[in-house]
Amino acid sequence: MAALEIHNVRKEFGSERVLKDVSISIDSGEFLILVGPSGCGKSTLMNAIAGLEPVTSGNIYIDGEDVTWRTPADRDIAMVFQSYALYPSMTVRQNISFGLEMRKVPKPDREAAVERVADLLQITHLLDRKPAQLSGGQRQRVAMGRALAREPKVYLFDEPLSNLDAKLRVDMRTEIKKLHQRLGTTIVYVTHDQVEAMTLADCIAVMRDGHILQLGTPDEVYNNPVDMFVAGFMGSPSMNFIRATLEDNNGGYQLCIATPGEEELVLPWPEARIAPDMAERLNQPVILGLRPEHFSEEDERLTSQAEGTLLSASVAVVEPTGADILLRLPLGEQEVTARVGPKCAVVAGERLALRVDMGRAILFDAETEQRIA
Amino acid sequence: MKNSSAIRLAPGAKRSTPSGGLQAWLPRLVLAPSVAISLFFVYGFMLWTFVLSLTSSRMLPSYDFVGFGQYARLMANERWWVASTNLMIFGVLFVAVCLVIGALLAILLDQKIRQEGALRTIYLYPMALSFIVTGVVWKWLLNPQLGIQAMVQGWGFESFRFDWIVDPDMAIYTLVIAAVWQASGFVMALFLAGLRGIDDSIIKAAQLDGASLPRIYLRVVMPCLRPVVFSAVMILAHIAIKSFDLVVALTGGGPGYATDLPATFMYAHAFTRAQIGLGSASAMLMLGGVLAILIPYLYSELRSRKHG
Amino acid sequence: MANVIRRQTPAARLGRGLLYGVLILAALFYILPLVVMLMTSVKPLSEISAGSLLSLPQNPTLAPWTKAWGEACTGMRCDGVGGYFWNSFAIVIPAVLISTTIGALNGYALTKWRFKGSELVFALMLFGCFIPFQVVLLPMAQTLGWLGISSSRAGLILVHVVFGIAFTTLFFRNFYVGIPNELVSAAKLDGAGFFRIFWRILLPVSAPIIVVSVIWQFTQIWNDFLFGVAFSAHNTQPVTVALNNLVNTSTGVREYNVDMAAAMIAALPTLVVYVLAGKYFVRGLTAGSVKG
Repeated sequence: MAALEIHNVRKEFGSERVLKDVSISIDSGEFLILVGPSGCGKSTLMNAIAGLEPVTSGNIYIDGEDVTWRTPADRDIAMVFQSYALYPSMTVRQNISFGLEMRKVPKPDREAAVERVADLLQITHLLDRKPAQLSGGQRQRVAMGRALAREPKVYLFDEPLSNLDAKLRVDMRTEIKKLHQRLGTTIVYVTHDQVEAMTLADCIAVMRDGHILQLGTPDEVYNNPVDMFVAGFMGSPSMNFIRATLEDNNGGYQLCIATPGEEELVLPWPEARIAPDMAERLNQPVILGLRPEHFSEEDERLTSQAEGTLLSASVAVVEPTGADILLRLPLGEQEVTARVGPKCAVVAGERLALRVDMGRAILFDAETEQRIA
Repeated sequence: MKNSSAIRLAPGAKRSTPSGGLQAWLPRLVLAPSVAISLFFVYGFMLWTFVLSLTSSRMLPSYDFVGFGQYARLMANERWWVASTNLMIFGVLFVAVCLVIGALLAILLDQKIRQEGALRTIYLYPMALSFIVTGVVWKWLLNPQLGIQAMVQGWGFESFRFDWIVDPDMAIYTLVIAAVWQASGFVMALFLAGLRGIDDSIIKAAQLDGASLPRIYLRVVMPCLRPVVFSAVMILAHIAIKSFDLVVALTGGGPGYATDLPATFMYAHAFTRAQIGLGSASAMLMLGGVLAILIPYLYSELRSRKHG
Repeated sequence: MANVIRRQTPAARLGRGLLYGVLILAALFYILPLVVMLMTSVKPLSEISAGSLLSLPQNPTLAPWTKAWGEACTGMRCDGVGGYFWNSFAIVIPAVLISTTIGALNGYALTKWRFKGSELVFALMLFGCFIPFQVVLLPMAQTLGWLGISSSRAGLILVHVVFGIAFTTLFFRNFYVGIPNELVSAAKLDGAGFFRIFWRILLPVSAPIIVVSVIWQFTQIWNDFLFGVAFSAHNTQPVTVALNNLVNTSTGVREYNVDMAAAMIAALPTLVVYVLAGKYFVRGLTAGSVKG
């Protein structure tokens, strides 16, 4: 049975349509991440699930029960806010037990819950402090503790890590993942950080303009994006989009990329990946999508065996990140980013032979930006 | 489970918020008495006064209507014109002098002054006093026989004269002095808060550009304080139009009715001279005066908020 | 302008001296009337007519104060301003408490439970801050009569509450706007309702604005004269009205020292508030102009 089901939910503020027919269903214990640029409706959807904002139409079910018109309190959900929203006048202990108190849980049980949660999150030593006396990371823990104490059916996390500094964010990310694995809770998590989305989710919903563009596992969303927006949004540095023309190549296909000079760059499209409707697009403009890691540095020893197409370009910028090196180089009339191994000893201005893994390349329609193959 | 549509609301049955019955109405319920009070005691009374201003009411409100006759009487009433002219003089001077003194003191205080807190406290305390107290004190200070005039003459300046309070042509300026004494510290506080709110880096940038301190204040800082000036003018003009207590305590409207203001005119006619109709008409004109200042202010506030 | 670097040249030092000179002169302008008032209030009458404003009292006496408090004539009666001083308290305290309570609830409902038209409701109420009160005097007099509370303390309390809630609502609304809405959302998810959220979440953090509101209302109502003179009888007058009557009662010799003592008595409560909580007083004054 689905722990949370969202059914054709629409939300309008006056004439502005913030959510346009959103439907999602997640199972008990699943970790769903809503991701998208700001203003895409992900926070509105979150508030609709929580019951903090009424929906214009559609239904929301929690554990099979229609909660569309229930008060937030009656939905049995807990939420971790971006600003943490800790009650400033209460101690950490009171913050955590407030929700239980409102639900008339007897005092000994409340105390037990506080102990359990504090232990879980290692905040026992902070229980008698006020939120103002806590660091950002500690507040974050308390906010999670407040949600965990109630043991609700669904947890909502609204960009919970966005106010932490980079290092702490990575630590807390791991911690949230551990907690989820340990407790098997059902979580809906909003973020605009695609790394968080990739690392945490069982299931990612990429949103834009009130629509869900794609709903799938992190792997699906990353490797099989439905359109250029999803492809560009997930992954950092983001996917390279190269204008090209689809041409006939002895019955197969090839991509022709215009260059500033006379010559043209031609990349053959692997036969195994030919899609049925490619034939209609012959000699039409398309967009070739290549992730930085689809490029690799040519290694002489492997030349004969390695797959893919070889091309040569002069490197414009070299950006070592430590783990690997990002290269900016011209491809046709555009500049692309390529990710190569840390040992690549290229300097700016040099020519470099690169292999392109066309087997993982993605082809988009230049007009509709939808995926072709 | 999804077939439990019997409980589900039909799509047309909208509720404003997903919260049960009473809770959803509590905020409105809580506000209702205040809204009712406001509608009755503010808007209703305004209308009521307007209605009275169209009648011939004298001692007691009566409801035989004479159209705009009371307004015509008002326009023909010399004392009303004195009061209106006085308000213009008093208002313009009061606002202008308060602004100049307030801005000056704020800028001077903003130069890392030792004991700034103490000075600020001294400049501002008159604002905590009642205008009646202010009036009583200044009446004493301005008393020609015993006040400042007598004191300076006592120092040997026999020809010194400062008897404005008994001079029908000058008495209105004594109101300005007392009112400025009371309110200019407040303007100083407004400006000082504004100055403290200005981003330091703007001033540093101007310094690096080679501007002198007075020039920085004139060209960089003051333009940033335009909203403060605007608010200060609003509040001061408002105080000026409502000024009643100060006149009553300081000059009593005298000598004669040389220092009458619309507020005292209204009170005198409505409550002591049994001219309720005329008093109401003058109150309506006062309201008109406030609105004439308020509406452009609110308009620009709303506009700037939309754009900002 | 914290980081302005000045070289300590003689000219700069002169400028600095001038600066302090001007500031001190200004301070004298503001403080001297109070000093004169205080000195005059402890001088015997003979010293007043003989000496000058600034001469120190030779034989300080508290007689003017006791007279002002208990014997001076205010109109027909001659029992000083003491009774009226307590009258003022009897009017001010309930009016302040009621208007602050209502304002707090209004501000809370207007910011944390917005509904269609809540902004309009606020605008509607805000207008009450701006009207010249002359425009409500006559209808108010009649309404108080109908309610059977004309010339009573209850009537004055009602008037001050009615015209005070516009300000208190403004204060609390602007304060609560700055409190994150997530706090209320979190409390809703925790299962708390309208009043519980107010009582447990909002009220505990409202101390600063409560102080601002109480001080503002206290000074406004204490210093009021217009409503006092229009809607009170001789036994329910506030102290400002009594002071004005005392000063304008023309029987016998003008006792300036008694006048000043009475003025000091009328001024003391708000001065004490100002000295004790000046910061909040200023905040109240500026809250009306710096809208959120």
